[in-house]
Amino acid sequence: MGRPRLWRVVILVAALIYFFGPLVASIKYSLIQANGSYSLGNYAQILSNGALRSSMFTSLEIAGIAAVAVVALMLPTVVLVRLRLPQLTLLVEGVTILPIVVPPIVIAAGLAHLQGSAPEWLVRLWFNHPLPALTPVYVVLAMPFTYRALDTGVRAIDLRTLVDASRSLGASWFTTLTRVILPNVETAVLGAMFLTIALCLGEVVIATIMLYVTLPVQMIQVGAASPGISVAISILSFLFVFVLLFLLSFLAGRRRGSSSVRVI
Amino acid sequence: MGDPAARRRRGIARPAGAAWLGMLPFSAYVLIFLGLPLYEVIHGAFTNDSERLTLSNFSAIFSQSQYLIPLENSLILSAWTAALGAIFGTWLAAAVVASPAGSMLRRVVSSASAVLAYFAGVPLAFALIAALGRPPGGVITTWLKHIGIDLYASGFNISSLFGVGLAYVYFQIPMMVILITPALEGLRPQWQEAAENLGATKLAYLRHVAVPVMAPAFIGALLVLFGNAFGAYATALALVGSAIPLLPAAIESAINGNVLVNEDRIAFALGVEMILVVMIVMVLYGLVQRRARRWLQ
Amino acid sequence: MIRFEAVRRQYGSVAALAGLDLEIHEGELVALLGPSGCGKTTALRILGGFDRPTSGRVLVDGRDVTDVPPNKRDMGMVFQAYSLFPNMDARSNVAFGLRMRGRDKASRLKRADELLELVGLSEVADRYAHQLSGGQQQRVAIARALAIEPKVLLLDEPLSALDARVRAQLRAEIRSLQQRLGITTLFVTHDQSEALSMADRVGVMQAGRLEQLDTPENVYRRPATAFTAEFVGAMNRLPGRLGDGGQVQVLGQRLSAINANGHQPGAAVEALLRPEAIGLFPDSAGAGEVTQRTFLGSAVRFEVTLDGGQRVLVESSSHDTELAVGARVGVRILAESVAIAAPGEAAPPEAVAALA
Repeated sequence: MGRPRLWRVVILVAALIYFFGPLVASIKYSLIQANGSYSLGNYAQILSNGALRSSMFTSLEIAGIAAVAVVALMLPTVVLVRLRLPQLTLLVEGVTILPIVVPPIVIAAGLAHLQGSAPEWLVRLWFNHPLPALTPVYVVLAMPFTYRALDTGVRAIDLRTLVDASRSLGASWFTTLTRVILPNVETAVLGAMFLTIALCLGEVVIATIMLYVTLPVQMIQVGAASPGISVAISILSFLFVFVLLFLLSFLAGRRRGSSSVRVI
Repeated sequence: MGDPAARRRRGIARPAGAAWLGMLPFSAYVLIFLGLPLYEVIHGAFTNDSERLTLSNFSAIFSQSQYLIPLENSLILSAWTAALGAIFGTWLAAAVVASPAGSMLRRVVSSASAVLAYFAGVPLAFALIAALGRPPGGVITTWLKHIGIDLYASGFNISSLFGVGLAYVYFQIPMMVILITPALEGLRPQWQEAAENLGATKLAYLRHVAVPVMAPAFIGALLVLFGNAFGAYATALALVGSAIPLLPAAIESAINGNVLVNEDRIAFALGVEMILVVMIVMVLYGLVQRRARRWLQ
Repeated sequence: MIRFEAVRRQYGSVAALAGLDLEIHEGELVALLGPSGCGKTTALRILGGFDRPTSGRVLVDGRDVTDVPPNKRDMGMVFQAYSLFPNMDARSNVAFGLRMRGRDKASRLKRADELLELVGLSEVADRYAHQLSGGQQQRVAIARALAIEPKVLLLDEPLSALDARVRAQLRAEIRSLQQRLGITTLFVTHDQSEALSMADRVGVMQAGRLEQLDTPENVYRRPATAFTAEFVGAMNRLPGRLGDGGQVQVLGQRLSAINANGHQPGAAVEALLRPEAIGLFPDSAGAGEVTQRTFLGSAVRFEVTLDGGQRVLVESSSHDTELAVGARVGVRILAESVAIAAPGEAAPPEAVAALA
């Protein structure tokens, strides 16, 4: 039944204009130069501007490490709670919801205080560079979504049976986790990693308060003088994350369709 | 090594202590990287400079208008952006849910919603500056001025509280779409058919069945949207900067000493204030969720 | 009173209904029976107004209702499951139709209570759907449909989602209720025993067509088409050989084949026999072993596996059949004549009919 009803058409068209309007406007904005001509100058600047490039690499590094770290931390925990410690389920769920309940600005306030009052050796170890300072925090920020995604993925497979089978065949816990469980929660893991990457690339509050320069922080700084570049980066990052999630939706669909379970 | 049966026996007989040991990484991690900052905030909010327990920080933030105004602005902004997001988000979600699950429309909408809901912040701010900035900077405002509608002359400014609110609606609507879609999918077609069979018009069905059934989920999502806007700061930071009269900006100013030096404790008290508001929202949400779950099984 | 006239429902290249002509008389219960995809549910939904035919018309009491929306058709529908409104208790659910018709609160709640008593659920009037069992939910759904005193009652496989015991009970209740109220009813099911035991007439459907519309007895004993002959009732197909003079050798017995003309003497054929036409007797040197025994109350059904692997269904209404699973038995065909078919070919209906 595809007969388009008025109320559907109205909102879909309105949404199209409302959401794609600024996108189209931004694309035009990013292509206009000071003299009124169109060119890809702003996009070229992304690569040529040294400060921007280095902040981009910093952010990508942080995102990559955080994405792996959050899965490495949360997947065993999710499995452990499901299999051995089900009584902790509510507690763990409550803890992983904290980073949503506590606004990032508040966490940033606490961290900034630590940063300011920490002894010299700790500062050198932890706070000297955005990578060790921000990555662990971003992992915490990513916990809510990651926990939920992984928990959903683990619940969809017969965890008990897979683990028992693997262990009875002689596999160690590490092997079981990496070779048996991980491939079977692929979609959930990928989803969690993509969202973590998106989060890291977009997080600006904590970075700003703690006075580190990551990509979004740099975008704001650059944006004051040359907004065109920042708009160009914005468009690219939107597209990047959209493509990631769009592709992920196909992967998720495929998985649900096939009821096969990979063991090795 | 022994035969598999013996190995398995050993595995089952392993004390539960090993499992608890397995929780150590997670627990330690959370304690250090979440617990520690939180402790600093809560401890700092309730003590004074001589490390004595006090409520003076709280009396300060609840008596001085420089802290009450941001609170008020944050609450109002969160409320209206949540309301708009909830209404239009539900409308949009309802229009999309009518399409089959694997269709292109649904895929695009769900991916785009996820992008905007979770990733907005800085890129969204710049997109809106590009679109609605002061002419000749904003593409849309310039075009509107060209055809006779001068928004900035009538007082509109994207780098204002209203502009920030407008930006928030851009991620509130997608977030609502994400939150309300499962509930919409839980509306069984038999209910509408049964209602029509019994003589109800489409409107009567909505009024007597669909709306009451969806109400708990709608209210729950509305609460989440409120909490979401209340705790947000990235977009405001990129659009306006820390001068914006919102609670997170007040915290930033207090920490980075824009107004007075060493106002850390005020910042912590404001932080506890924020946590309290969001906690109230979450408790209400939990209560509403239980009702929603029962009906939409 | 209800008439389908050449109703077609096309979905692209697939015809869910390929021209249905059906008449349902006042006060009768017609069951539409068939495998999934045969079009029975489509026909019901078109009658209820939830689907529109690609061509053809539907008439109720002489009036063309093809274009009338469902909420104006004055019919009561009972769905397979999950149709109770979750935000209302049982009483409010039942009263809903009356509310839509503008009845005041007191009178409609009173009527709802009457109907709940009719279906035996007065004590649960205050409960919500998720607090009721499947059988209770369906009873409430029936009460709800009847509350508006509809001209027609539509039942879309209402018992399929229930467990067997509840199903049997509800089956009898629905039928007695329908007869007591004299309400014209269309009942859709894939379960033959439901259709045969409840209906005044059974409509057997396949691939969008009505194969036969007749009383349950006639559909069983005098199937009009090959499909009906095999679909309704159980049928044994026993291997045999056609001899001379229209005689067929089956299970060591010689029987006359009633339709030998279409087949070559000497050919391998399959003899078609209903379970009631075969008998068992204990025999330690018998040809088979009882592999299943089902007590049906009025009869006992056996599945016997012969030494060659062939399975035979035998039904006996005799109560002194004490044969248990594992007993060695001899098999004897009680009929004198039998219909035959080429191995794998559908049963010729006239042949089956002639056996009745």
